[in-house]
Amino acid sequence: MVEDNRPSQTISVELKVNGENQRLNASPSDTLLDVLRRAGYASVKRGCDEGDCGSCSVLVDGVLQRACLIYAGQAQGREVTTVESLGTARRPHPIQQAFVEAGAIQCGFCTPGMVLATHALLQESPEPSDDEIRDALDGNLCRCTGYVKIFDAVRLAAKKMRKGDVR
Amino acid sequence: MSDSSQESKRWNVVNHPVTKIDAAALAAGAPLFCDDELPPGTLFGAVKWSPVAHARILRIDTSKAAALPGVQVILTHENVPRVVRTTAGQGFPEPSPYDFTMLDRKVRFVGDRVAAVAADTREIARHAIELIEVEYEELPAIMDARQAMADGAPVIHDEPEARMIIVAPYEPARNLAAHVKVAVGDLQAGLESAATRVIETYEAHYAQHCPIEPHITIAWQDGHGRLMVRTSTQVPFHARRIVAQACEIPVRDVRVIKPRIGGGFGAKQEVLIEDLAAMLALRAGRPVKLEYTRSEEFISARTRHPAHVTIDLGLDPEGRFVGLDMKVLLNTGAYGAHALTVGCNCGSKVLPLYQCANVGFELNAVYTNLPVGGAYRGYGATQAAFALESAIDEAAAKLGLCPLEVRRKNHIGPGDTSPIFKVLGEGTEGVEQSIGSCGLSRCIDLGAEAIGWTEKRARRDEGRRRRGVGMCCLMQGSSIPEVDMGAASLKMNEDGSFNLLVGATDLGTGSDTVLAQIAAETLNTDVEQMIVLSSDTDITPFDVGAYASSTTYLSGMAVQKAAAGVRRQILEVASQILELPMESLHTANGAVLGPDGKSVSFSEVAIRSLYGKNQHQIQAVASHISEKSPPPFSAHFAEVEVDTATGLVRVLKYVSAVDCGTAINPQLAEGQIEGATLNGICYALTERYLFSSRGKMRNPSFKHYKIFGPADLPELVTILVPTYEPTGPYGAKSVSEICINGPLPALANAIFHATGVRLRRGPFSPEAVLSALAGRPL
Repeated sequence: MVEDNRPSQTISVELKVNGENQRLNASPSDTLLDVLRRAGYASVKRGCDEGDCGSCSVLVDGVLQRACLIYAGQAQGREVTTVESLGTARRPHPIQQAFVEAGAIQCGFCTPGMVLATHALLQESPEPSDDEIRDALDGNLCRCTGYVKIFDAVRLAAKKMRKGDVR
Repeated sequence: MSDSSQESKRWNVVNHPVTKIDAAALAAGAPLFCDDELPPGTLFGAVKWSPVAHARILRIDTSKAAALPGVQVILTHENVPRVVRTTAGQGFPEPSPYDFTMLDRKVRFVGDRVAAVAADTREIARHAIELIEVEYEELPAIMDARQAMADGAPVIHDEPEARMIIVAPYEPARNLAAHVKVAVGDLQAGLESAATRVIETYEAHYAQHCPIEPHITIAWQDGHGRLMVRTSTQVPFHARRIVAQACEIPVRDVRVIKPRIGGGFGAKQEVLIEDLAAMLALRAGRPVKLEYTRSEEFISARTRHPAHVTIDLGLDPEGRFVGLDMKVLLNTGAYGAHALTVGCNCGSKVLPLYQCANVGFELNAVYTNLPVGGAYRGYGATQAAFALESAIDEAAAKLGLCPLEVRRKNHIGPGDTSPIFKVLGEGTEGVEQSIGSCGLSRCIDLGAEAIGWTEKRARRDEGRRRRGVGMCCLMQGSSIPEVDMGAASLKMNEDGSFNLLVGATDLGTGSDTVLAQIAAETLNTDVEQMIVLSSDTDITPFDVGAYASSTTYLSGMAVQKAAAGVRRQILEVASQILELPMESLHTANGAVLGPDGKSVSFSEVAIRSLYGKNQHQIQAVASHISEKSPPPFSAHFAEVEVDTATGLVRVLKYVSAVDCGTAINPQLAEGQIEGATLNGICYALTERYLFSSRGKMRNPSFKHYKIFGPADLPELVTILVPTYEPTGPYGAKSVSEICINGPLPALANAIFHATGVRLRRGPFSPEAVLSALAGRPL
C-alpha cells in the first residue's frame, strides 16, 4: 500500500450563491471554481485555471473576481453572483440581450465572464468611455470575436440599462 | 460595414444579420458544453507526458500508482492495442501518415504520451501519474527542421509500421513525412528573363490555437454496452471512425455527440484525446472525463506547422510576374498529422492568386522532436502568404513600383484560371477550375481608400516613432473539391416548424444559424421555424466536419437541396388541399399560395400530411459534393507605428476587405473576419513558442504566451465586398479562414515602409525589430 499523503479531509463552506444559502463540500485544495462547477453553476467556465483568461469570472460581494484564484475556503460567508442569476435564454438581462444583438457571441465560452465584467463596469460607470470598457474587460480573453462586437455589446448594454430596460 | 447589392434585395432571410440561434442560451450560461453535465460516477482521467524529446521506454512501473486508493485504470503501451494510425481528423483514406499509436514504446517530443490513468478524483489521477516510474533510454534529438534530413540524423519514426495509406512519397528513414514537387511552364527561362528577382526565405513560426475551452472528452457505455463519446470536436464523424479504429471496436458501437464547442480553429480537427478517454472508459466500465489543462494545450496539443518558405520571384520591367518558385520546408514535429496537406496548401492557396506562366513548387515536410503540427485556421496559406506577399513588396521596391499596382497588374480575376489548381491538390493532383466570382479589385480599392493609402504611402517619417502602411492580397478555398461531402436532413412538424439535422459542426462559428437561414430562405419561412441539431453520429447525416472552409459553401448546398426537396413535398400536399396544380403554387411567409389568392399555411399542410389523407412524413435528405473550391478573396491594409528606440510595433489601424460571395449572415461574417484578423495580428506580433535546448516549450500559459486581450485591440475595419458565386448557396463562398493569413505580410510590409527594415521571420517582437534596425541577426 502506497502512503497517501495528500490532504484528504473535507471542509464545508457556507456561502450565498445567487441569493441562495449553500453549504458546499470541498477539499482544502479546491478553488471556488471547482466547487461552483460541482454544484452545477455551469456558467463558470474553466479556461486556464491560472487566473489568466477570465472565463471563471464571478462577482464576490459585488466585486469581479476569478473563481480559480480563490480557495473554496476563502469564500466562506461570501456572496457569490454568477451569470445564472441575471437572466435566462427566454428572459435575458439587458446585458445578455445586448451581447446577443451585437453579435458578440461566437463560441460563447468566454461570454458569461464577459457579461459579468460588463455588469461590474456598468455598476460603477453607467456611461463608460471606450477606454473604461477596454480596462474593465481586459482580464477576459476571447479568441473568436476580435473583441469588436463585444465592445459594441457593452456600449449597447449601457444604453439599454440607462433607458431603464431592466426587468 | 456591408455593401448592399442588387441580389440581396431578393432575399428575406439570407444576407440578413439574423440573430445567432444559440446566442441567448450561451449568454445565459446554460449548461451546453461538454463539461457542463457529467454522467453519474464519472472518473477523472490524466495523462503522463514525456519529459524528454526522444527516447525509448525501457521500463515502466505502475505498481505504486495501481496501489493508490481510488485509481481504477492505468494504461501503458504494454496493455493497449497497438494500432498504427493518424490523429488527423481527415476523410478516409487519410492523407496523413500512419505514424501514431495510442501509447508507444517510444516518445518523440516533450509532451508525448507515456501513460494514462482514470481515478475517482482529478487529484488522485494526477497523483497516480506522478507515481508511475519510467526508465528512458534517451536518443539524439532533432531540434531544427533544417537538420532533419542531414546525413546521420536520428530516425524519429523507425517503427516498421509507419506508412502512408494513400500513394504519396513518404520516407521515414530520412525523416521525410511528405514530399511534393510540381512545375508549370518553363520556370528557369521565366526567371532568367526577369528584370528583377527576389530570392529570399521567410520563416513562419510555431503557434497554438488557444481555444478558450481546452480539449475535453467524456466517454461512457450506455446500457447496451455501446460507447458514447461526448467531445469537443470539429470532426464528429472522423472521431467516430478513429475511436473505433484505435479501440478495435466496430463503428456501430461508437456514438459521437458534439455539444457546443468552446472554439477550435483547427485544434479540434485532431482526434487527440478521444481514443484515450474511450479506452479508459471501456476498461473501467465507468464514465471517464479527460480534459487538457491550459499548459497541456500548449505542450501536447497541436500547433501551426512552422515553415521556411523560399521564394524566387521574377518580374518584368512593368512589374508582371514572369517566374515564381516556392520551396517549403515544413516542420511537422514528432508526428505527420496534416503535414502533406498543410504543405500542399502552402502552394495551392497562394500561388494561383497571381497570373504567371512559369511556376514551381516544392514541399519537404520533415519530422523533428518538437511539438506536432496540425490543422490551424489558414492551413499553410498563412505560412506561404507571408513569404509571397513579402517578396512582392521586395520586388516592387527594387523596381521602384507601388506594391499595390504590382498586385493589380497580376492578380487573378473572374473567368481566369490557374494551372496550379490542376497540378496541386490535397496531396494528390488538384482539380481544374476557373474563377466564378472575384471581388479582389474592389477589395483593393475600398481597402486602400479606408487606410488612406495614397497620402500615407507618400509620407516618410524620420523621428523616433515612424509610421508606415503596408498591404497584401489573399485567397483561400471553399471546401476540398471532389473530396468533401456534407449532408442534411429536414423534417416537417405539425406546427410548420422543421427539424434541420446536419452533420456540419458548429464550433462557435454560427454555422447552425447560417444553415437555418439557407433552409428558411429556400422554404420561404422564418428562421425561428428551424430547430437545428448538428453533429450527433447516431442522429444526423454524415458531414466531414468543420474544416477547409467548407461548411457554408458545401453543407449549405446540402441544406438548400434538402429544403428544396421538402418544399416540393409541401407543394404536393398543398395542391391536394387547394385543388390546384402544383406548378401554379408558390411559397411565401410560411404558407403556400395559389394564383387565385387562396392559401394554406405550412402548419395546415403538415397536419394534413400527418393526420389527414395519404399520411406521410414530409422529409428530405440531401448530400452535396463540389467540383470546385471557389476562393474567397481579400485585401488587407495595415498602418503601424514603430518605436525605433524600443522596437515596439503598434498597429494603429487594420483594414480587412473581403469578398466571401454573398454573406449569408453579414454580422457573423464580420465576426469571422474580425476574429481571424486579430488572431493573425497577435500571431505576427506577440505569439511564440520558446524552447529549452532540450525541446521543452518554456512558456505554456497565457501569462507567457501572449494573445491579445481587450486592451490590446487596434482599430479594426471590416469591409464586406459582395459578389455572387454561382456554385454556392445563394452565391456564398467561405469566410472563416482567409483573414488570419494577412497580418504577417501586411505588418511586415508596413514596418518596411515605416523603417526601411525588412523582417522575414515572425513574430515581429521588439527585440526582433531592434536587431533588424541595428542590422544584426537576432
